[in-house]
Amino acid sequence: MAVKTTSIGLSFDSAETYLVGREKIREFATAVGEQSALCHSLASARAHGYDDLVAPLTFPIVITLKLMNHVTSSEQVGIDWSRVVHGEQRFVYKRPVIAGDELRVTTVIEDVKALGAHHSIVLRGDLYDAANLLVCSVWTNLVERGE
Amino acid sequence: MTIDRSMLAIGKELPGITLHVTRKDLIRYAGASGDFNVIHWNERVAKEVGLPNVIAHGMLTMGQALNVVTRWLGSSVSILEYSVRFSNPVVVPDDATGATVEFAGIISEISENGKIKIDLTATSDGKKVLTRAFAIVQIP
Repeated sequence: MAVKTTSIGLSFDSAETYLVGREKIREFATAVGEQSALCHSLASARAHGYDDLVAPLTFPIVITLKLMNHVTSSEQVGIDWSRVVHGEQRFVYKRPVIAGDELRVTTVIEDVKALGAHHSIVLRGDLYDAANLLVCSVWTNLVERGE
Repeated sequence: MTIDRSMLAIGKELPGITLHVTRKDLIRYAGASGDFNVIHWNERVAKEVGLPNVIAHGMLTMGQALNVVTRWLGSSVSILEYSVRFSNPVVVPDDATGATVEFAGIISEISENGKIKIDLTATSDGKKVLTRAFAIVQIP
């Protein structure tokens, strides 16, 4: 079974918001080697005008990955996860993600197309804060290899 | 470090970073990110699906590559956009050294409104593991 082109335009909202945690930021920053004091030191973050720790730039993948797994495993989409590789990834920011942010995600399947025997799937996740303002958009391009 | 426009030039190279990525690093990233895909920690399964060995999460490599930019800037808060294409996997052997990955960055564009583009490269075992990797930064 291959991903269905009829899934283009399907969108999904996260059932619950994601509360960005201070220790999760420290843990993620350590895992990717992000040494910025804004990701580790509350005093430093506050001295730079932020209410709490600043998340590493790629942190939103933690939030979008959950919804993406849900979206792509639905029967309407039909992706075979055992043949999927991560092709491209892009983040576009309106403002940094800060500990304490409660974020809601909307995911849409922007494109599905055949690339020879393979299929390319483009998903966009938009993260909105509690004031319903866009914080960050996250594009993930998956490639489902042909059988 | 505070960056101002007088320090910028097209072709300026940012200090590079060389990392040794071990299995422990992959497990730490799996826990931190919630990405427990088996090919990132189980050699048997990785080989069954045709990989040479366990491979690093692409998102780990993407996160590590950006450190070239954030260590130069001091943080990521002025980065407007970051994009990569994953061209080859980082193959991580089960030893103390792990995979060696070299990261580099170079300023490729400067616009009049203070935005700069930094092109990033990541190389492991002689192969480019990222292509079309760049960050757009707003310089004050």
